[in-house]
Amino acid sequence: MTDLAVDLGFLKLRNPVLTASGTFGYGLEFEPFLDLEALGGLVVKGLYYGPREGNPPPRLVETPSGLINAIGLQGIGVEAFAEKVLPRLARLKTAVIVNVCGETEDEYVRVVEFLGRKEGIAAFELNISCPNVRQGGACPALAPGTTRDLVRTVKRASRLPVIVKLSPNVTSIAEIAAAAEEGGADALSLVNTFLAMAIDIETRRPKLANVFGGLSGPAIRPIALRMVYQAAARVKIPVIGVGGIMTGADALEFLIAGAKAVEIGTANFVDPDAPVRIVRELQEFCERRGVSRIEDVIGTLELR
Amino acid sequence: MTKDPGARIVGVERWGDYRLFAIEAPAVAREARPGQFLMIKISGQSAPLLRRPISIHARDGNRLGIFFQVAGKGTEILAAREEGDALDIIGPLGKGFTLDAGLQGERILCVGGGRGIAPIYFLAEELRVLGAHPVVLYGGKTAADIPLRPKFERAGLDLLCSTDDGSFGFPGLVTALAEKEIERGRPAFLFACGPDAMMKAASGLAAARGVPAEFSLESLMGCGIGACWGCVKRIRGEDGEGWVKICEDGPVFPRERIVWEGGDR
Repeated sequence: MTDLAVDLGFLKLRNPVLTASGTFGYGLEFEPFLDLEALGGLVVKGLYYGPREGNPPPRLVETPSGLINAIGLQGIGVEAFAEKVLPRLARLKTAVIVNVCGETEDEYVRVVEFLGRKEGIAAFELNISCPNVRQGGACPALAPGTTRDLVRTVKRASRLPVIVKLSPNVTSIAEIAAAAEEGGADALSLVNTFLAMAIDIETRRPKLANVFGGLSGPAIRPIALRMVYQAAARVKIPVIGVGGIMTGADALEFLIAGAKAVEIGTANFVDPDAPVRIVRELQEFCERRGVSRIEDVIGTLELR
Repeated sequence: MTKDPGARIVGVERWGDYRLFAIEAPAVAREARPGQFLMIKISGQSAPLLRRPISIHARDGNRLGIFFQVAGKGTEILAAREEGDALDIIGPLGKGFTLDAGLQGERILCVGGGRGIAPIYFLAEELRVLGAHPVVLYGGKTAADIPLRPKFERAGLDLLCSTDDGSFGFPGLVTALAEKEIERGRPAFLFACGPDAMMKAASGLAAARGVPAEFSLESLMGCGIGACWGCVKRIRGEDGEGWVKICEDGPVFPRERIVWEGGDR
């Protein structure tokens, strides 16, 4: 039996498979389909301090091997989360990671201060990269300076480790990754979605009410993989790979490229039990190849 | 709700773009209620990526019926499936129509427009089990768009048909037929499923005549289980209006909660 555990330094995971924020609700929605304790951990949907209305519909459009979404981070806010959801998640023997959003630096700080006092959260994932909440896809993760400053401010306010989720909509992912590390990030997760659009040719209107949205799914996987590889090569902190992972084989590509763990996103929509299937497929791969610890696979890309 | 990757198609009927499948799926069938839906895997490949939401049309023991129309690539692939094929389904999902014991002995209008007739069959059957008297109003663009007519007749359900082009039954929109039926005698309840414009008109009728009503809404869905927040509609709640997930809180809503696009009238 292969040891699938991975150590992020600040957090030990049963296995390297996490769920990606925004694709797994608040976790409990998936209880009918899988054992949440079989996951390495789960990342709950992004939370602002207060409830958030989100964007008008249409919010989704399917594209070749992908999905563009412009949900706009609709959510219940930290108080309702702490009262109604967290007590149920806290009882689970799995790492609960909360994705943190903010309109302003101050809001990010208020969210981590409020939730930092609650039991049952293993780490925060700082969402500085959602393309759907500001005009034209803008977000702090698009420049090294704003990334570094925001991470530093949130780190100072947070009692818990902070994973910083990066945007792929940048010229040099390595430079942004380095800026987040300088700001004090405990780990990085990448990538968030690619800024994208689709047009209805009959009406000549955008298919999303928000005009732009974020592209996810298998279509982005090779680009995400390249960015994870570049980021992991640049920083010393752990990198979590995200982007169109549908199978154990997909996850292994990210691990070999240097990711310490992976997040499963769009696959959850297609198969709500996808994360546990991927854990099983990792196990099967390791047994077939005689790998005794999954950590022995991480960052083992052979370049000739 | 259950994920059943081993459901099996045991019967297929075809009329042009329309399909009626019988599916053997005991665990899902057991729990199904009228107005609920399935998420059906289309390709098993990465394109088309997402499952499709398809409403439950009928239940017969361990079997479910689905009735759908080809409306794009996903339903086109689904429509090509044959008897004996396995089907990967999740269901039953959502909250269905409210089958209240108070409807017993009452005349109930059940209005279906086009492919929106799908859940109306299951609803009418269950209403009859409850002891209510469902009257089904089935509208289509032409006579070719009301292929389930013989099925309703065989089941002995009261059926009135309309076609927009007058090629069969009442000539005109199904909502005009509904108006006529409401004038004949105020029903105790109105249920409807169909295109938004049809349901909005039916909602106006129900409001004007004081008939309580429920409508089944449709949207593209990412997951069908409340996780993606992609299928929202404008819905009134205790705390005012908001974007509400129709997969989880719907797809059926009472008339007074729905904020129709372009206003209520």
